[in-house]
Amino acid sequence: MTRSAIELPVSADDRRIARLAALAIGLTLAEAAIPSPVPGVKPGLANIVILLVLLQYGWRAAAWVSALRVLGGGLLLGSLFAPGFWLSTAGALASLAVLALARHLPSRYFGPVSLSVVAAFGHIGGQLALAGWWLLPSAAVITLLPVFAAAALIFGAVNGVIVARLLAGPASSGRQSASCIPPSTP
Amino acid sequence: MLLRAGDVGVLLAGGGLVVGLSVFAWGGQHGDTAVIRAAGQVVKTTSLTHAQSFSVDGPLGTTHIEIEPGRARVAADPSARQLCVKQGWLTQSGQAALCLPNQVSLEIRGRTSAYDTLGY
Repeated sequence: MTRSAIELPVSADDRRIARLAALAIGLTLAEAAIPSPVPGVKPGLANIVILLVLLQYGWRAAAWVSALRVLGGGLLLGSLFAPGFWLSTAGALASLAVLALARHLPSRYFGPVSLSVVAAFGHIGGQLALAGWWLLPSAAVITLLPVFAAAALIFGAVNGVIVARLLAGPASSGRQSASCIPPSTP
Repeated sequence: MLLRAGDVGVLLAGGGLVVGLSVFAWGGQHGDTAVIRAAGQVVKTTSLTHAQSFSVDGPLGTTHIEIEPGRARVAADPSARQLCVKQGWLTQSGQAALCLPNQVSLEIRGRTSAYDTLGY
């Protein structure tokens, strides 16, 4: 029997992040099956998970889940290190950067919907910035800008409402189950 | 509470951003003048107010240009690939159809020109 020389201690935080990342990757895969008229216009369902993580466990955990989602989604969809993967990375980074600022907004006035919309705009902004600089350095990106912005607004708002309802919990929303996000004591 | 006061503000700001981007990206200015050039020289400058047609001679033959209210196109051209003909109707200020083999170009201009100069 050879014993592993390296033992990586796994904390409860690690397990939780892995579990939440798996959830986000699952949503990414499910979403990839949804046909879209314009490439890149997606509901961004995984952002629901990212946002829940941000609001419950903080920005660091959200950044971990987001990074694992991009990596895991890339692996499973077969787009690892392809242009789409880098666009996804740029979007996730920009979204996290925006969220790092936006989460300091007073929560009395700015709820999950604000964060979701702002993150969606960050996502699309990061993606289009990379696409415009790297893939399509022409006016083509500018022509599509309003389409992506409108999609970000709509899907961001919808995702935000979903996050708000999930956070409100089953008590106030009756038939909804928020069991996918376990309480912070595992 | 699903929506808080600031959320409404963020949504409105987002809507404003979308509208602003739409105007910025799609609100190109409609042209009102057509400039026709042959071998680099302006042969005709005309307004896009009524239907007209012009025939311009180049090294390969005659290029036919058609003008209608608000738009103009190269209707026929002797060039091999017909790129300027396939561009179809031009409406926006700054658009141009170039028939390079025949050295004829058709350019649309508005009240304010989108470019100071274009070199081909």
